[in-house]
Parts: sequence; structure tokens; C-alpha cells
Amino acid sequence: MSPWLPILMAVPVVGAIVVALLPKGSDKLAKQVTLLVSLLVLVLTGVMAAGFKPSGERFQFVAEYNWIPSFGVKFGVGVDGVALVLIALSVVLVPIVVLASWHDADGVKAADGTLITPKRSVKTYFSLLLVLETMMIGVFAATDIFLFYVFFEAMLIPMYFMIGSYGGAQRSYAAVKFLLYSLFGGLLMLVAVIGLYVVAGKQTFMFPELVGAIQDPTMQKWLFGGFFIAFAIKAPLWPVHTWLPDAAAQAPAGAAVLLVGVLDKVGTFGMLRFCLELFPDAAKAFTMPIVVLAVISIIYGAIVAIGQTDMKRLIAYTSISHFGFIVLGVFAMSSVAQSGAALYMVNHGFATGALFLAAGFLIARRGSPFIGDYGGVQKVAPVLAGFFLIAGLAGLSLPGLSSFVSEFMVMIGTYSSQAHGSGALAAAAVVSAVAVVLAAVYILWMVQRTMNGPTAEPVKAFKDLNAREIWVLAPLVALIIGFGFFPKPLLDVINPSVQQTLTNVQVPTSTIAEGTGQ
Amino acid sequence: MNGAFEAPTIEYGALAPLLVIFGAAIIGVLVEAFAPRYLRKAIHVPLTLLSVAGAFALVLLQVVRGQVSTAPSAMGALAVDGPSLFIWGVILVLSFVCVLLINDEGHFVASAAAVPGSSDEEEAEAESHGVGHTEVYPLVLFAVGGMLLFPASHDLLMMFVALEVMSLPLYLLCGLARRRRLLSQEASMKYFLLGAFSSAFFLYGTAMIYGFAGTVSLPGINQAMAAGNSLDPLLLIGFAMLGVGLLFKIGAAPFQAWKPDVYQGAPTPITALMASGTLVAAFGAVLRVFWVGLGNLDWNWRPVIWVVAALTMIVGSILAITQTEIKRMLAYSSIAHAGFLLVGVLATSASPARNADSLKAILFYLAVYGITTVGAFAVVTLIRDPGGEAGHLSRWAGLGKRAPMLAGTFAFFLLAFAGIPLTSGFFGKYAVFAAALESGTQAGDGLGGWMAGLVVVGVIASAIAAFFYVRVIVLMFFSEPAADGPSIAVPSMGTVAVIAVSLLVTVGVGLYPESVLGIANQAASSLFIR
Repeated sequence: MSPWLPILMAVPVVGAIVVALLPKGSDKLAKQVTLLVSLLVLVLTGVMAAGFKPSGERFQFVAEYNWIPSFGVKFGVGVDGVALVLIALSVVLVPIVVLASWHDADGVKAADGTLITPKRSVKTYFSLLLVLETMMIGVFAATDIFLFYVFFEAMLIPMYFMIGSYGGAQRSYAAVKFLLYSLFGGLLMLVAVIGLYVVAGKQTFMFPELVGAIQDPTMQKWLFGGFFIAFAIKAPLWPVHTWLPDAAAQAPAGAAVLLVGVLDKVGTFGMLRFCLELFPDAAKAFTMPIVVLAVISIIYGAIVAIGQTDMKRLIAYTSISHFGFIVLGVFAMSSVAQSGAALYMVNHGFATGALFLAAGFLIARRGSPFIGDYGGVQKVAPVLAGFFLIAGLAGLSLPGLSSFVSEFMVMIGTYSSQAHGSGALAAAAVVSAVAVVLAAVYILWMVQRTMNGPTAEPVKAFKDLNAREIWVLAPLVALIIGFGFFPKPLLDVINPSVQQTLTNVQVPTSTIAEGTGQ
Repeated sequence: MNGAFEAPTIEYGALAPLLVIFGAAIIGVLVEAFAPRYLRKAIHVPLTLLSVAGAFALVLLQVVRGQVSTAPSAMGALAVDGPSLFIWGVILVLSFVCVLLINDEGHFVASAAAVPGSSDEEEAEAESHGVGHTEVYPLVLFAVGGMLLFPASHDLLMMFVALEVMSLPLYLLCGLARRRRLLSQEASMKYFLLGAFSSAFFLYGTAMIYGFAGTVSLPGINQAMAAGNSLDPLLLIGFAMLGVGLLFKIGAAPFQAWKPDVYQGAPTPITALMASGTLVAAFGAVLRVFWVGLGNLDWNWRPVIWVVAALTMIVGSILAITQTEIKRMLAYSSIAHAGFLLVGVLATSASPARNADSLKAILFYLAVYGITTVGAFAVVTLIRDPGGEAGHLSRWAGLGKRAPMLAGTFAFFLLAFAGIPLTSGFFGKYAVFAAALESGTQAGDGLGGWMAGLVVVGVIASAIAAFFYVRVIVLMFFSEPAADGPSIAVPSMGTVAVIAVSLLVTVGVGLYPESVLGIANQAASSLFIR
């Protein structure tokens, strides 16, 4: 029993209650408390992560408490390498988002004084954010599948209110669409969760005990379907992706970062952890259709991104393309591809987070998300333009930046996969390589239209990034560059748990090229 | 018959809660007759609350002392077993909070007999000092007594009597709304006519089954079925008619049409009582009839109930989407929930332990759904227009800005109805779905994979239902308030208490369901007396 994870989950929720109970008019205090709490969680996570032994047990910092004995449900938490890096991603992003959202609920005014969004409750926003942090940690840490499900569904609610109350003009439409899509997938997963419990007949939801419990291939396929549809909606995979561009475009930039950077990762994390290990035969049987969907997502997301006029929608579509890569890596059934996919989840969070935030700062200055309303920003706000460019380049996986390592590993791993149907996998890798070119088009074209060229009239009044905004972007850029050159710490943690996954799926594992790509 | 008169044995200890409620109801009638008008309310309120609390204490006493009876009471007319006691406890708690709501000023007309808008009405209004009909209190007590009797009946005749004792006061109560009196009277009339019709079905069905079995006692019918021809037309027709009578009371499709009209027209505290207490009582009776009385016929009734359950869930959740009135919407939501509960009723199997699991799921669901429902209706009573409650959904726009606490509470109740995790509603839904899947996987189960199919229908209905719950949240929080929005009444202590208790239970059980599950588990473990 280790108290680490329960403490990590308790701190933000206590913070949320404190923030919610602050007296009226203490908006500034609410922000400071939220920032402090999120930094505290970051520090605690750092200390905990330092004690993680990559070569040790698969699940570490394990804690188990009886929660609902009548249903056989335990409050079981513990992390393997993949879960650990994703929790780390979450707790790094939260303080950054707090800082980035500092004035989001204050009522955003455009440069000409018109109100873009009215003043809203600051305390509610930041307490929702902290509640969400608890749930993000919980969903990755849960080793009890029922507990995972509870967080999986419950985390929709704070995000729903963050989009619906604090978002852009179409916010209520986007929030409802987001909620209903996710809820529908979640309910199908609920049936599969119950089915898993009933069919396995072990009177427990603990993941380690349920691995290998379902032997009947037909049953595996049905249950796999229930889980996979939920995760595919969450990830999101084509053709159930349509909620993401709406939700991400309408959400405030900070919430969009958490939505795309962390919440969607639950989908790909779930595929890797639950779909593969609990239903290995079904996963192998469905590999080909899923790979096809992933490749369609990669290409479709990239092409549609090129055509977007709204920056946030553009970034959302690039994410659909990137999620295609992650899903491809997960189902390529080779250790290089899967490690790449797990690494991609982290790197995508940093890269897309930086891009969303930089775009958010840009939008906050002009009040318009449309690319056509900008031009020549570089001349008036060179620091902003610089950060925007680096974030963009990370989005297109430029070598030397972190996303490159993971994208390269996914493609190499898929191409050289020894799994059944390796020919088709190789073809998938080749086709998806086209997206690398498309990525250059959508990113560079956006950068060119907004940052370069003649300075548009309203842009001339732009102020460059202030200290707070630099503090938001600088850590992300540092991480992007750092992990671009030195991904080994992450890979060292990820690799053993990926090996474990593949062992459970009974796929022959090949050795992993350490620090591939450098 | 040897001609000698045998004195009936009555287990007064086991029946004490019933006797307290009926005794208090009769005293209430006497108070109406003899106490002066200005004193009546002052006598009724403590009398009603104390009797309900006392009955609850007596139920607790039986449980704590471990004196749960294992044989039928009152010469085989009643069964005060574990499930009965649990259901009694739930009904009494729900009635207590509903009485607190009823107690609030201004829900009831001064003189129901006066023509709306006439000078008689004004006169009655002036005389009553805004208190309205005080007959409400004894009527509620009679209805509550009927609710207690209904699920504990051990034979069909007793059940019919209980059904009438429960329903007749409710027909009356529905017509007593102070505002929108025509709507209220229409609701009362509709409920009475349809209810009487369904009671007739129930009675006719009882007669048919008596013709087949030669007895009206539930275990007797079951034994007769085991011995005789279970395809006897008398039995089948009787069973179908009995089913109509019972399904009408829970508002299952295709007998759901009365619910929205009645829920909308009735005074809101009475709606709360019907939506919680009556539903709990009716499900208790449904369980007893189908599980005990027709236990040997389950390969026959389960497919029928399968269709009814699927239809109820779908009809309830789809029609709710088109509603623009908050009480009508909650009525359709109640229909959908009746469908979810029927999924649990279907989850029978050959092993007693599994049946106890299913029973536990239903009991848990009833308890948590009931309390959330009362809370939701309590909030509805507070949002007012000059002409009464602001029922139209468009009037709720922007409520989150004007009354964030109230709107937040209501939003939480809606999320519980939708079954979002970390609310009590989620665990209710989970429990019945799990029970259904469990029963479907039992070897030799007649429905097998069909049970999984029903659960899938259930989750699709839940997703549809989530849409209309969420729509109200969107209205409250994401829309701008109307300039001439409704006023938010200053709640009385009673209403505050009702909302607070409902919220606490909904949150508390959502975080730690074992608290209620454990009790339900104990109550269900011994199953029904046979």
C-alpha cells in the first residue's frame, strides 16, 4: 500500500473545495490558490515519479481499498510506465493552463473594447479545473476497471461546464455534442464492463486479475467492441471524430489544451491498456479494420486541416491526424510502434498544448479565431510569433523536436512489424507517411498567413507576449526541445510496460532501438 | 367448514407501522370534523409528521431487533418480510419529506368545490387565510397507508383493497391545486377514470386467476400452477389483466398516457409523492405478483415484460425530448425510469442468491430514485411566475446566473437521473443492468442473449434521456436570463430541508453507495416470503 496516488488525487479536490468556498470578490485569491495547488501536485508527482523503478513490478505505488463490496468494486490505483508518463503530462499541463487561463473568465475584451466573452464566475472555472485534475490523475491511475469507468464518465462533467459556460459563441452546441458523443460511447463501454465482470465470473474488477480471464473468442469480440467504440469516440477516430473540432474550437484555449492534450489520450491509453490486454484475440482479429480507420484518420485529418479558416479548428483536425498515428502505433503490435505511440501521447500533449495556447494568445489580442483576420504579426509581436512557429514546427514533427521521435518510431515500428498481416501494416506506414508532407502544408501555411506578409491594420496595435504568457509557453517549448533530443528518460519508463502489454497479447517482441531517430 | 368461529391471529408487532398510519389518518378525519378551522393546520402538521416518523421508527425497531417475520402475517393476508420492510422504510422517508413540501403555503385550493373564478372561490379563499384544504393531511396519510399495504399484500384481494386505499385519496389530491385549477381538475378526472378502469382490470384478472387456482393467495396460485395446466386460458387471461392493472400504476408503456397529464396538473408536492412513493409501492407489488405469484410461469411472462420494458424505456426517453413543460418532462423521465426498473424485474434466475442480487438492485434503485425525484420536484415548486409555478422550460433560461445554488442543485439531480457516475442514479442503473446481464448468462435461461439485447436498448435509451436532461442544464447555465424571468420564491424551512436531504443522499450515495446497498442487500437476502 502506497499513499502516493490517493494523496495526489485528494490534493486537487481539496483545493477545489477551498477555491469554491472562498468569499465573493476574491477572484485573484482563487487564481493564486489554484496555481499553488496545481504546482504542489506537480512537485508531489515529481517526487513520486523519482521513486518509480522501470525494472520493477509492473504496477507501482499500488493502493487498494474496498469501495463497494456489494458489487466487487475496489478503489484500486497503481501506475505502470505509460500511466505514469500520462499522469506526469497531466500535472505539467494543469499549472500551465491555470496560468494561461488567468483572465479567461474575467471577460475578454478585444483591442477595440468590444466584449468577446462576458465576465463569468472565476471561482467556478478554477474549481472545475482542479476537480478535472483529480479525475485525470484517477483515470490513468485506476487499476480497477469499474473505477476507471467512473472517472472516464465523470470527467466529462467538469469539461462540459468549462466548454459550455466559458467557451465561444457556439459553446452550448459544442458542449452538448461533446457530452452526448462521449456519454453514448461510455454507456456502450458500461455494458462491456458489466459483461466482462459477469463472464469472467471472478467477482472483481481488478485489471491484473482479469487479464486473460475471457477465453471465448466470440465473447472477446463483443466486449472488445464495447470498449473500442468508447475509446474511438474519445480518441477520436474517423468517423466518430466530428465532436472534437466543435468542442476544441469553442472551448477556452486552456480547456482545449486539457481536452485534446489529456482527455482524448484516455481513449488511446484505454486501447493500449484494456482493449489489447483484456481481449488479445479480438484485438488481433480486428487489427486490419482498425488500421484502415487509423490511416483514414491520418490522411483525412491532415487534408481537412489544410482547408480550415479557424485556427482552433485547424489544430483540432491536426490532432485527429495525430491520433490516427497513435492508434496505428498501438495496433501495429510491435514494441517499437507501441512505445512510439505511448511517447506520442505525451509529446502530442506538449506540442498541441503549446500550439493551442499560442493561438489562444493570438486570438485574445484580436478576438477572432480566423486566420484571414491576421497577417504580419511577426513584425509587431516577434516573441509571440517565435513561440507560435516553434509550436507549429513541433506539430509537424520537425526532427529535433519531440514529436518527430515518436512519429518516426510509429512509422518504423509499423513498417517493420512482425505481426500477422505485416504486409498490410507496411503499406499503412507508407500511406501515412504522406501525412508528413500534408502536415508541413497545414502548419506552414497557417504560420505564413498569420505571422508573415503585410501587417494587417488591427494587428498593428498588438502587444507582444507579457511575462505571464511567456511563463506559459516557455516550459512547454523547453520540454518539446528537451525530449526532442533526449527522449530516453521517457522511453526507459515506457518500454517495460509496453513489453508487458505485448507479452499479455502474446506477440513476439523485438528489441527496442534506444533513442531511435537520434 | 366445521362451523366453529376461529379468532384471527394478528401480529400486531409486525403490523404496527400500518396501524399507526391508519390510526393517525382516522384521527385526522376527526380533527377535520370537530376542531375549529384556525386550529386544524396546527394539529394536522405535527400529527402527520409524527405518525410517519413513528411508523418509520417501528419499522426500524423490527429490523434492529431482528424480528423480521418469516411467515405471512394476519392470516396470510400480508407479508411483512425483509423486502416489505425496506420498501416501507423508503416509502415512509419519502412521505415524510413530501409532507414537508405539502406543508408549504399556497399549493392547495381553499375550496375544491367552488367553481374556478366564481365569487364562491373568493369567499372560500378569504375564509381560509391562505391555508387551503386541510383535508389534504388525512388524505395523504390514507394514501401512504395504502402504499404500505400494497407491496406487502400476500393475496390478490388484499392487494386490490390496498390499491384502492392508495389510489382514491390520490385521485382527490390531484384536483386540489390552487393555481391552474381547470388543469388540475382535468388531471384528477383523467386519473380517476383511467385508474378506475385499470383497477377493474386488476379485479377481473384476480377473478380469473381465482377461477384457475381456487385461491387468491400468491403462493397458492404458484402451487396451483406447478400442479395444474399452466396454459389454462383462465390463467393466461387472468395474468394478462393483472399485468395491465399493475403496469398502469407504474406507468409502463403502453399504459403510460396518464402520467404526463396527471403529473402536470396535480399540485407539485402531490406529484412528488406520486412520482416517488406510489412508484416504489407499485414496484413492490409488481415484484410480489410476478416473482411470488407467477414464479412458476416466468418463461411465460418474461418475454412479455421484455417487450414492455424496452417499449417503456424508448417511449419515455423519446417523448421526453419533445416536452416543453418541466413537470411533463419529469413525468416522461419517470416513465423511462420505470422501464429501467422493469429490466431489473426481468432479471430472475433459478438460484435464490442471484434473485436476491436482482432484488437488491431494484430496491436500491427505488430508494435512490425516489429521493432524487422528491428533491427535483421541490426545486420546481420554487421557480414561480405570477400565475403559479413557471412550468415552461423557456422560463428556466439563465437560472444558473440568477440562482446559482438552486440551479446547481437541480442540475445535479438531473445528472443523477441521467446516470452520470458519482451520483446515486448511476449506481442504480448499473445495479439493474448488471443484474439483467447476470441473469441472461445463466445456463438454461429462457431469454439468454435477449437480456444483453435489453441492456443495450437500456443504454441507448439512457443516452437519449441524457439529451433532454442536459438540455435543461444548457438552458439554465449556458443561456442568458430572460429580462422578465420568473421569481425565485424564498423557500420555507421545510422545502430547504427537503432539497438539502435529497442532495445529501444523492451525493453521499453517489460517493459511497455501500451505505444503502448494504441495507438493501440485507433486506433482499431472504427474498419474499412464499
